[in-house]
Amino acid sequence: MTTLPDHPDHPDHPDHPDHPDHPGQSRPPRTHEDAVLVGDGLHLKYESVVVAEDLHVQVPRGSLTMIIGPNGCGKSTLLKALARMLKPDQGTVLLDGSDIHGESTKAVARRLGLLPQSPVAPDGIAVADLVSRGRYPYQKLLRQWSRDDELIVNEAMAATGVSEFAQRGVDELSGGERQRVWLAMVLAQQTGTLLLDEPTTYLDLAHQIDVLELCRSVRESRDMTIVVVMHELNLAVRYADHLIVMRGGRVQAVGAPEHVVTEELIERTFGLPCRIIPDPETGKPMIVPRLRSALRGAGVEAEVGAGLAGAS
Amino acid sequence: MTDLADPPRTRSRSVHLRVPGAVDVRVLRRSLVTVVVVALATAALVVYQLTTGDFPLELERVWATLSGRGTLGEEFIVYDLRLPRILTAVLAGAAFGASGAVYQSVTRNPLGSPDIIGFTFGAAFGAIFAIVILDGSGWTVTVGALAGGLGVAVLVYALAYRGGGVQGYRLILVGIGVSAVLASLISYLILKANILDAQEAYVWLTGSLNNRGWDDVRIGVVGLALLAPVLVALGPGLRMTEMGDDAARALGVTVERHRIAALGFGAALCAVAVLCAGPVTFVALAAPQIARRLTGSPTVQVVPSLVVGALLLLASDTAAQKLVPTADLPVGIMTLGLGGAYLAWLIAREGRTRIG
Repeated sequence: MTTLPDHPDHPDHPDHPDHPDHPGQSRPPRTHEDAVLVGDGLHLKYESVVVAEDLHVQVPRGSLTMIIGPNGCGKSTLLKALARMLKPDQGTVLLDGSDIHGESTKAVARRLGLLPQSPVAPDGIAVADLVSRGRYPYQKLLRQWSRDDELIVNEAMAATGVSEFAQRGVDELSGGERQRVWLAMVLAQQTGTLLLDEPTTYLDLAHQIDVLELCRSVRESRDMTIVVVMHELNLAVRYADHLIVMRGGRVQAVGAPEHVVTEELIERTFGLPCRIIPDPETGKPMIVPRLRSALRGAGVEAEVGAGLAGAS
Repeated sequence: MTDLADPPRTRSRSVHLRVPGAVDVRVLRRSLVTVVVVALATAALVVYQLTTGDFPLELERVWATLSGRGTLGEEFIVYDLRLPRILTAVLAGAAFGASGAVYQSVTRNPLGSPDIIGFTFGAAFGAIFAIVILDGSGWTVTVGALAGGLGVAVLVYALAYRGGGVQGYRLILVGIGVSAVLASLISYLILKANILDAQEAYVWLTGSLNNRGWDDVRIGVVGLALLAPVLVALGPGLRMTEMGDDAARALGVTVERHRIAALGFGAALCAVAVLCAGPVTFVALAAPQIARRLTGSPTVQVVPSLVVGALLLLASDTAAQKLVPTADLPVGIMTLGLGGAYLAWLIAREGRTRIG
């Protein structure tokens, strides 16, 4: 079993309700005092299929949290529930301690942002106009635009390095540039917490790194909390400071990557035999999948060896 | 390509409409110019229509008549013959244009306009039902048309509803099916009717501006004054849904509530237009798309569609009158011809962009 970190300042104590060893799932959950976003006893259904039952998750304030897990483990559904796109059958989602379904959706949108997996840029829209849409939660019917809005939009474009494309059409840009434009839009929303659903999918490695570096730098410069659903394990381990590992609608492990990522966890969660070696760049764990043929080969050799030993 | 050496000047394409402390609305400069130019063109056409016809009037005489210094004959021509017809065309065209814009925005499809989805025929069916079965006239027909338009809106929405929401394509396909049913019901009603009712019903069906009176103008003014501001207010939220429902919700848009409000108020405005001018096709379909091309905007907008709709219907009626002066051609025939050609072009073009 995974041993969770024993840091006094860490939200993931072994008696934490999310811990797989923790039996008392019906016990009232303990909320970490500095969790910005909490999913508490969530029962989630997606198109009438039960995805998760009694799920507890917490996102530490100021963290870059990544949710990983195999396809169909419920990580995107969880993100939708945290972002109020999906109303849980039971349980609550607390943002700064208050239920996100309890206030107007526009008020929540000023504190919680989401970039969905495949948003659609309207035909021919210019970059600056798309980024401006991030100001929607602040607009009133007759007071739609102020000097502040303009400054915030310009600053969001500068932070993501898209200012130079401001007047170009979004559809003229490359995949990586486009993703930075979408990030600028959600940054212009000026929320303390930002949820990203697989923001690196369909990007090449260099652009994946770009996006994640950008997440890290804005998290630091703006003191935000960012939650990312990720497919690429090694990138998740490298960039996350808090991991939520899921399988079959349950949390398998939570905590800092260097504390939770083990060969056993990865094999149990993804069914992937692997070796964990220190990343030569960061010293964090690096997951190296084992060669299937080598595994088979090792097995055959062992059998042959045993057979020979028996014959002699 | 943009010149990268030049420091990007954002927002340069938009202007602010400001009343200090109260109003600060940002609009695209080109949209504003389009609205002003189209409104001026409409005004020019209004003047042209007032001064020409079987009895040409000098502009100066029209002005004299409007300020109460006209002869009896001039007053008859201006107040009874020309002005109601012109104003009805402008108001109904505006109503068709605005409701078409809202519907196309909700369905995210240029084919998703009320005349394709069947609401125009819903309103016509309600009116014909009132004429033929209830033997009504005046307010009965008005109520029938409103009930028909809204009833079909609810029916189409309910049939297209699935999994907590409505997809544009489902709405269009269901609407086309419902239109077909309505067309057969309308034919049945007309076959059943006596000859006088059938004739009245038939005029209703083509959509005509002949013999429009001040009652029609009043319906148009009240309908537009009540409903158009609501549709304009829904505009920003609807624009967000073009990025996908999740992206819009994340920005704080109550997506399903916006959609139902847009469809409901849009259907009501469409019913108002049908009451004024009959089920004129093509304006609701084409005005938003023409406005979109004129403004160079990526999305369909309510206000430009409204002014383009007004110009379009007035221009169609002018053409119907001037091209065939003896026939009293219903404007519906004119727009049907134009609409058919436009629709063929649109579908061919859609097909190409989908494939290419």
